[in-house]
Amino acid sequence: MPKLTLKHLVAVRWFHWLNFPLLFLMIWSGLLIYWAYPTYYIGTLHFFPKSVFAALNIPSRLAEGMALHFFFMWLFVINGAIYIAYTLISGEWRYLVPRSWSTFRDAWYVVLHDLHLRREVPPQDKYNAAQRVAYTGIVLMGIGSVLTGLAIYKPVQLNWLTALFGGYSMARLIHFALTMGYLVFFVIHVVQVALAGWNNFRSMIIGWEMIDEK
Amino acid sequence: MMHRSRHPEIVLPDADRKRELRRRSRRGFLIAGLAAVGGISAYEWITKSAEENEVPWPQRGVLDINGKLAHAYLSDSHLMPTFSADRITYLKPNGDEGLKTPLDLSEWELQVTAGKNAPVIKLQLSDITALPRVEMITRFCCIEGWNAIAWWTGARFSDFTRKFYPAGQQLSSYVYMATPDEEYYVGLDMKSAMHPQTLLAYEYNGKSLTPEHGAPLRLVIPVKYGIKNIKRIGSIQFVNQRPGDYWAEEGYDWFAGL
Repeated sequence: MPKLTLKHLVAVRWFHWLNFPLLFLMIWSGLLIYWAYPTYYIGTLHFFPKSVFAALNIPSRLAEGMALHFFFMWLFVINGAIYIAYTLISGEWRYLVPRSWSTFRDAWYVVLHDLHLRREVPPQDKYNAAQRVAYTGIVLMGIGSVLTGLAIYKPVQLNWLTALFGGYSMARLIHFALTMGYLVFFVIHVVQVALAGWNNFRSMIIGWEMIDEK
Repeated sequence: MMHRSRHPEIVLPDADRKRELRRRSRRGFLIAGLAAVGGISAYEWITKSAEENEVPWPQRGVLDINGKLAHAYLSDSHLMPTFSADRITYLKPNGDEGLKTPLDLSEWELQVTAGKNAPVIKLQLSDITALPRVEMITRFCCIEGWNAIAWWTGARFSDFTRKFYPAGQQLSSYVYMATPDEEYYVGLDMKSAMHPQTLLAYEYNGKSLTPEHGAPLRLVIPVKYGIKNIKRIGSIQFVNQRPGDYWAEEGYDWFAGL
């Protein structure tokens, strides 16, 4: 008999939906800052061509970007820190962290399954192995962004932290690479949510989902 | 499914279950909608409030709080790393505000004012070079995001202050420095100014400063972004009110500390 199940706790839903616009604003203001010295590229792929900056109306807004970045950083960090503390204390972390090295292998099988390259899917708990890797990874990336951000924000006062990331230029590169990582995560996440359907998406808003017990 | 029982479940007959789901959906989406409206309103307030030096005041307020926190943590023992000579890189002369007025170096003098109604002390470059000579190869960080490693020679601002600030008077809270034409000017907190790596520099890469690097005397202050490293200093004032600052008035952080 189908039943209603509480999938996402109310606190987690708030953390998630606060984090989404906050991270978006951090990325957006970060791009306003990055525009002033946009030097990164992979081969011939430049981050980013002038046309991309122009299309998004990014040029010449460095001061605005810095003011936004150093405003919203507080909200982003506070929300993230409370989320991590909550996850640890409530025990929710058990659903989120990879249980062993086999989780990474299973995550690969999930990816193959999702790409229709593999029929069987590994047994899963609340989240599948790929989700465990992704949702733990994104939290570690968040911590990485905060630390590399601090390293380039205060390279004198926190010079030990800057040195830990290989110096000022390397810390800035990592900070940027993590940001590109969020964009990749976002695209995959949204596609997966769309494929998972309305019942799943709704549960991230209202908490509850309809489960067909077999 | 394993371990699902940790999370609450509701088992109801078909009709009731659908009604229950509708009820919870209505409630959930209503709260989501209100939260979205609240979030957008907050964003509007943060970004559209009246501006204070080109920055909406809520953001300007947070920039100033960030500056106060950084100022509290600032210490003479927190140093910008120094490097060996083989690590020196090209340093782009960036920004020529205050350098456009022609300057006859033989006419240059440094005007120092310490305190209200204090007489103006006029100094020559030889007064600065007479102070203990300090050489330093440090990273220079531009607010645009680039950095360079440069070799500077000059006098510590703290040595300068000990020599020329009136003896027995309490040190002021801030320093203001301006180019001779007062087209460019910076405001500094005293703690940053007195940091052991803050130099009144007269040489760059072992040679007298060139005009584009701020001849004859410039500030090198590694605890601040490049914008505070004023070139071609014409006057220095010790003041107790937070002084104006060229880029802070254009929407940048006043403290601009690293």
